[in-house]
Amino acid sequence: MAEPVEEPAVTLDAFLDQSNATSVRLEEGEDARALIPHLDRLSLIEIGFGSFGDGRGYSAARILREAGYQGELRAEGDVLVDQIAFMRRCGFDSFAPERPLDPEDAARALDRWSEVYQPAADDRTPIWSKRHG
Amino acid sequence: MYKYDHYDQAMVDTRVAEFRDQVERRIAGKLSEDQFKPLRLMNGLYLQLHAYMLRVAIPYGTLDSRQTRMLAHIARKYDRGYGHFTTRQNIQYNWIRLEDAPDLLADLATVEMHAIQTSGNCIRNISSDQYAGAAADEVVDPRPFAELLRQWSSFHPEFSFLPRKFKIAVIASETDRAAMRLHDIGIQIIERDGEIAARFYAGGGMGRTPMIGPLIRDFVPIGELISYSEAILRVYNRYGRRDNKFKARIKILVHEMGAEKFIAEVEAEFAHLRGLNIDAPAAELARIKAFFTDPPFEAGLPDEIDRLDPDFAVWLDQNTHPHKRPGYAIVTISLKPIGGIPGDASAEQMELIADLAERHSFDELRVTHAQNIVLPHVRKADLATIWGALAEAGLAEPNLDLVTDIIACPGLDYCSLANARSIPVAQKIARRFADQQRQRDLGELKLKISGCINACGHHHAGHIGILGVDRKGVENYQLLLGGSGAEDASLGQITGPGFDEDGIVDAVETVTETYKTLRADGERFLDTYRRVGMTPFKEALYG
Ligand code: HEM
Ligand code: SF4
Repeated sequence: MAEPVEEPAVTLDAFLDQSNATSVRLEEGEDARALIPHLDRLSLIEIGFGSFGDGRGYSAARILREAGYQGELRAEGDVLVDQIAFMRRCGFDSFAPERPLDPEDAARALDRWSEVYQPAADDRTPIWSKRHG
Repeated sequence: MYKYDHYDQAMVDTRVAEFRDQVERRIAGKLSEDQFKPLRLMNGLYLQLHAYMLRVAIPYGTLDSRQTRMLAHIARKYDRGYGHFTTRQNIQYNWIRLEDAPDLLADLATVEMHAIQTSGNCIRNISSDQYAGAAADEVVDPRPFAELLRQWSSFHPEFSFLPRKFKIAVIASETDRAAMRLHDIGIQIIERDGEIAARFYAGGGMGRTPMIGPLIRDFVPIGELISYSEAILRVYNRYGRRDNKFKARIKILVHEMGAEKFIAEVEAEFAHLRGLNIDAPAAELARIKAFFTDPPFEAGLPDEIDRLDPDFAVWLDQNTHPHKRPGYAIVTISLKPIGGIPGDASAEQMELIADLAERHSFDELRVTHAQNIVLPHVRKADLATIWGALAEAGLAEPNLDLVTDIIACPGLDYCSLANARSIPVAQKIARRFADQQRQRDLGELKLKISGCINACGHHHAGHIGILGVDRKGVENYQLLLGGSGAEDASLGQITGPGFDEDGIVDAVETVTETYKTLRADGERFLDTYRRVGMTPFKEALYG
């Protein structure tokens, strides 16, 4: 996992309005695709999870990775240990949970799945690909 | 039938281990009920009125005898000796203890079964035509496509926290036996100019706002089945409403956005996703298809059946369906004995059904969305033997698609969301119409009962539907007419003011008597209703 870049992220509006900021924060309802023209100057995109049950951030993350974003992608907010494996698969590489995760539980959760059924934003090989070499 | 390889097995085993860990953390107090709830729901565990309920997935409704015996074992070991087959081709157990759930799932995993994504706001178990692989009218067997979708949707990292649950049905014939257009996504596999493809409907559903899903793409090349599905799910995940749980299903999104705009969004996402190598190669579909080839049917079997026993002849006419091969038949075992609980089966009955499937149906059986069991490939010469065994076990009710073949949800007897009881109403109606002659005279009549507006009992899709509501603290039942979950899908209309428990039984009878006076030759109840409309029925009920 990447070391978090220590820099306050600006809102999407502020970012699009100005700016030479190199980090931005996306709220759930905001369109990740608005950032696509600016990806090469961004080093941190923080995606907020107001509630763990709101899964829009998973799509936002994947969209950014599919568009070639290489910088840090941080999940912030109601980030729970049982979500982080899915988050990582969608391209998140750092986590800023509101309530700290038990490091042992987190490590276990991230290691648990030895196989995956489908391609996503990580580099894991789906089972169907292994089956057919 | 599909068999797990070591990859599939590893996925299920990992899930059991993960859930065991989550249950331990819950019991140790490291997880609050709020945090635990979505996790247990993704493993099919609901907290109900009396105990936990566990829902086990039966992918596309197909089982073998070993799995069915395991379901019986689970009924005995962890429940009170029975299970409840549901309208989504799954089985539910109503009396499960949380501490037992990990062991139960471990037992299931030994027979390639699980409870993954049988609840929660994720892609649920995929349902299909119960006659798949046996019906004469199908283009291909739809189940390989359902299996491909099952694997894709299992533990999908992007789509595990959708706005709401998501149900997919796959069929492959013009006759719709799976209520396909009442699903979030309905897929019809078609053949055009020798090419197999998928036709997609989206935004159907029941619940409080029933909708019949519109066609959203007539032709998706089969090699892009997954990327197109992914496009729909992404549009839904991004734009589906999250402010109101009652408006969160994809049907509301499609409705509020309008089908055209929705289609445009999906097409744009599809154009993007189809370049990303999301679909498995053709070799994977071929690998899956190989599990669904025909069993070794015998040639030259006789089609004649000895009809000497009149009871057998009645069952034969009502509960068997033509098979694609000469000398074979499709048998439906009714789980609707008069006065019983629709869809319930005891451990002993499950074991008997497993034995029959093993001996007489190439070790295969199916669960239907009407809560019955199908033996798909039976030699006609074996039918009398099977009927005899079923009759002894109380499973030979000859009522398939008749008025007593009732779909009913668990209702207030089990369900914490219920307004009214469903099961006792189903039992009373069945008793009222118990006479077989009378049922057959009424002909095809699909009666469906839900204990509240969530519509688990498909009341919107019943030729006659019954909806339990709460009226000033008293159970009350609304009557609906004219729904259908088949290829002629339609939504039932409410007749007028509701009835009390005995009143609703009388009302159903008033409707069937009215039908008898109005019907033209060969007309089913639904046909007559569509021809004459609501008025004569309303007059008879309230006039
Ligand atoms: C006893 C516990 C159950 C609970 C708490 C429950 C809860 C619900 C809820 C809340 C909905 C509405 C969802 C929505 O419209 O967004 C629903 C719909 C549905 N449920 Fe259940 N249900 C239960 C049992 C069952 C059973 C036993 C079956 C099968 C017999 C079933 C099958 C369905 C179906 C087919 C729908 C239909 C509507 C749709 O998905 O559009 N449920 N359920
Ligand atoms: S329809 Fe209502 S009462 Fe019946 S099972 Fe569903 S939620 Fe419960």
